Amino acid sequence: MRAAVARALPAILLAVALLGAWELYVDVAGVEGDLLPAPHAVATALWNNGNLLWSNFTVTAEQVVLGLMLALACGLAFAVAIHLSPLLRRAVYPLAVGSQAVPIPVIGVLLVFWWGFGIFPKLVVIALICFFPVLVTTVDGLAAVDPEQPKLLRTLNASRWQTFRFAELPAALPAALSGARIALAVGVIGAFIAETSTPSTAAYSGLGHEIVADAGGFQTARAYAATAVLFVFAIACFYTLALAERRLAPWASQSRGDTP
Amino acid sequence: MPTELQSPLQPHARWTAAGADIVLQHVGRTYHPHPGVDVQALAGISLRAADGELVAVVGPSGCGKSTLLELLCGLQCPDDGSIECPPAVLMPQRDLLLAWLSALDNAALALRIAGLSRAQARARAGALFVELGLDGFQNARPHELSGGMRQRVAFLRTLLAGKPVLCLDEPFGALDAITRAEMQDWLAGTLAREPHTVVLVTHDVEEAVLLADRIVVLSARPGRVIAELEVEIERPRVRTDPEVSALREQALGALGMGVRR
Repeated sequence: MRAAVARALPAILLAVALLGAWELYVDVAGVEGDLLPAPHAVATALWNNGNLLWSNFTVTAEQVVLGLMLALACGLAFAVAIHLSPLLRRAVYPLAVGSQAVPIPVIGVLLVFWWGFGIFPKLVVIALICFFPVLVTTVDGLAAVDPEQPKLLRTLNASRWQTFRFAELPAALPAALSGARIALAVGVIGAFIAETSTPSTAAYSGLGHEIVADAGGFQTARAYAATAVLFVFAIACFYTLALAERRLAPWASQSRGDTP
Repeated sequence: MPTELQSPLQPHARWTAAGADIVLQHVGRTYHPHPGVDVQALAGISLRAADGELVAVVGPSGCGKSTLLELLCGLQCPDDGSIECPPAVLMPQRDLLLAWLSALDNAALALRIAGLSRAQARARAGALFVELGLDGFQNARPHELSGGMRQRVAFLRTLLAGKPVLCLDEPFGALDAITRAEMQDWLAGTLAREPHTVVLVTHDVEEAVLLADRIVVLSARPGRVIAELEVEIERPRVRTDPEVSALREQALGALGMGVRR
């Protein structure tokens, strides 16, 4: 525990220094609170709107987690298919790249038309944004197996499936998990895009909605408070995944020597 | 080929009756790395290895030694000539141990591939693992092992494939001189208790003299057989033995590297 605090200390100190500079800047330059609220005002908004922010946070958190799972499943499935079939690689890869250029608001209405006002269209948006890093890193990881390795396994009588299962899949796991980390980092902003591009009828429709409504309604401090919640959530998710990575692929973090 | 792994300790026994001779006749192999470019790796190689014999193949770099082993293992097909070879297993130059498996699991890989569960495979590989001087390293990860230990695990993995022919591609080429000498003794001892037909590719002439029954000297690319030397020195062989030095000089002479007197 003490070691964990010691590791987090540089980040905490830097955050405090940045918050201090921000506070000072707002104070000295006399910036309007509606343009940029001072950190103490954001903290007050956070405190006063705890219930509202929490309710919206649970909506967004659920979307991010489920959306990422969907992205991970799609990214891994496509990566394996592309790896095993040169034909699919030529067919699917360019389209997957192109899909990243599609502005989500363009298709948001269509998604709602197909799947309604519930959570599913939002998961599709998040998955669409997040599957790509998983796909690219996993395809590269699967291809990075030493070319001698399949030869060796063939002389041990391994089938194509066994070569995949014993050599290629584990070799690609660290890369796939790195892809998942990138996906997670964009997943939170993905949830924001999902919420603001697909309408919802729920009472609490997520922090993204909250931020857009507050920013337009002269509740800037509350919009910043909601942003702070997303900020911390992204960090927490990232390091949770890093911990999972150390459990799932200990050989990778050992040889790389990194710690979250 | 049938993959019976009932007795991984003596896989050889099953093949003795059938005869496990290797016969290569006028084998040629040409690569086409780019359209219009031909690289002839092997030209008209004929060689023979009797059941249980250890044949060392020496030659300069790029003389097609690795190609020869891949042909024997059925990983490539010859362009000319014919190959008769019982099922063969490859031990590549680099150990290629899987980083996510422990040493014992790496050694038992062929048994897993043959359909045994992890526990069964470990149990069956365990005895030989201990016998070959690896006790205590069962659960070590490859990156925790020294170079020599990694080669031992890789060799055990090769042995447990249960095939009558072992194709060893410069197995100790990357080791330092002292470890290499240790490993040569270890391999000689291991093969004495686990007899197999072995084709050993090496660029270390002394290694060939110490381990082989017969030495085949290949020319520079395209590889062809330029000399065959019988090694009739009693085992265990000692590198300082004058007979060993004499044969070493003879082999070096065949390679065109005259030894000054």
